Amino acid sequence: MSKLSVNFAGVEFKNPIIPASGTFGYGREYEEFYPLSKLGGISVKGTTEELRTGNLPPRIAETPSGMLNSVGLQNPGVDHFISTDLPYLKTKDTVIIANIAGRTAEGYREIAEKLDKTDVDMIEVNISCPNVKAGGAAFGVSCEGAAEITRIVRNATKKPVMMKLSPNVTNIAEIAKAVEAEGADAVSLINTLLGMRIDIKTKRPILHNNVGGLSGPAVFPIAVRMVWQAANAVKIPVCGMGGVSTWQDAVEMMMAGASVVQVGAAIFNDPYAPVKIIDGLEQYCEDNNIGSIGEITGSVMPW
Amino acid sequence: MKKYMQGEYPVVSKKQLTDGIYDYVISCPEIAAIAVCGQFVNIKVNGFMLRRPISICGIDREKGTLRIVFEVRGEGTKKLSELEASDCLDIIAPLGGRGFELLDSSKKAMIIGGGIGNPPMLPIAEHYGANGTVISGFRNEKAVILQEDFKSCGGEVILCTDDGSAGRKGFVTDVLAEKLSAEKPDIIYACGPSVMLKRITERAIRENIRCQVSLEERMGCGVGACLVCACRTIRDGKEYYAHVCKDGPVFESTEVIF
Repeated sequence: MSKLSVNFAGVEFKNPIIPASGTFGYGREYEEFYPLSKLGGISVKGTTEELRTGNLPPRIAETPSGMLNSVGLQNPGVDHFISTDLPYLKTKDTVIIANIAGRTAEGYREIAEKLDKTDVDMIEVNISCPNVKAGGAAFGVSCEGAAEITRIVRNATKKPVMMKLSPNVTNIAEIAKAVEAEGADAVSLINTLLGMRIDIKTKRPILHNNVGGLSGPAVFPIAVRMVWQAANAVKIPVCGMGGVSTWQDAVEMMMAGASVVQVGAAIFNDPYAPVKIIDGLEQYCEDNNIGSIGEITGSVMPW
Repeated sequence: MKKYMQGEYPVVSKKQLTDGIYDYVISCPEIAAIAVCGQFVNIKVNGFMLRRPISICGIDREKGTLRIVFEVRGEGTKKLSELEASDCLDIIAPLGGRGFELLDSSKKAMIIGGGIGNPPMLPIAEHYGANGTVISGFRNEKAVILQEDFKSCGGEVILCTDDGSAGRKGFVTDVLAEKLSAEKPDIIYACGPSVMLKRITERAIRENIRCQVSLEERMGCGVGACLVCACRTIRDGKEYYAHVCKDGPVFESTEVIF
């Protein structure tokens, strides 16, 4: 057993680092840089009932130490994912996490049922996309909505279910408890924070969708805080994400309570970021006589 | 063989062409060996989250160099312009799933650049030599770049500016209309502001001339994973948001919706 291997929600990961949904496509583009087998897992691009065309461009804006995006869940739909992308991904010797987003509660059920019959390793349920009008964050910002979708997906699949939570809420601990009570196997957080930029020359928002999701190092302290709050509130394991760019960030996220860590926006700046973080964690374990990286999860000693 | 790679490569020469426009030659043999005309490089700028995509203005396989010419548009490109020759650039390149398709150099090509859309047209002009007609447009004389480079390709070069302060007064589309009434080329290539590309593609479609345009959109990953650089296109008879970085940046005029 490698020092970095982790059992997360019943799934064996060779290391705790996972490129985050929406930043890594279905992995193909990054195979030019390194074999996908180096990664602990891949949370693939969000998939929906049917093909979605996404939002009008511009869909991205740079911000201090971060970025806003409003892609709007552009994807070819769950059937295409199952027939084309999943078989390819399953040959890559890494954990494949499907990320799903329904337009309606019924849509979540339909997608989860279809994925239940595949050999996808885990289902991450996006109830926190800030960039679509129907579905997405509409469910994730209330305990009732989050619980409802968890219940529906739970009943539709035996796969491990990980609920991806929105940071745009008053009390993250209550939301985490609500999804745990309905049988979620894990939670992942944080999705992006709702933000906005305006071009002062044209008075137009830079994003055509006017608003979008903020990610990158700018959100990292918020993510650490929310992971810590969620991890303290539930017994199910937590996948931490939000602005992780270095191995030190990953260690911090794990100390806050994360068992595994997703890396997103950092990949745009450095496509090797996930691999560098894995190498850094390996060295960190070596330097600190840590037998298993899981030992540091939740090891923060709060004042 | 790899399609693209990331690395740090030295800038072997740096020139300022005009106010706010810089010309870098980068030594990157393994990238120069596989780059094609119309592709771009995605440059990391220290202190900024997103890389800056810049089109390739020259490929020298023998010397193992790429040339890029870029305009300072904001803080990131300003910082990029402050590099010194011998400094290294962290680039991912060559990017772009589809560059310009070059026909046999005996064919006649009309090569149109508007403003900072001119640099990617230079390798096309080199390919067609005397059979390429370059129409190069700028706001005014202060913005004019690359005219000697275009002339050394051997074809006709027509310079125009919006205010007439250099070359002819008027838009590239005016010159194109005149040229087309005399002789139709086998293909038109264009890069520049969206409104210019729209007029050129409309004209090309009307006259039934093949036309390729290079598009621009705000980009994230540059490799086709993040899907932010969407542009409206027609695919299989239906509207489809293609992505500039992977599906382009070069598109046929008949598939783009402006």
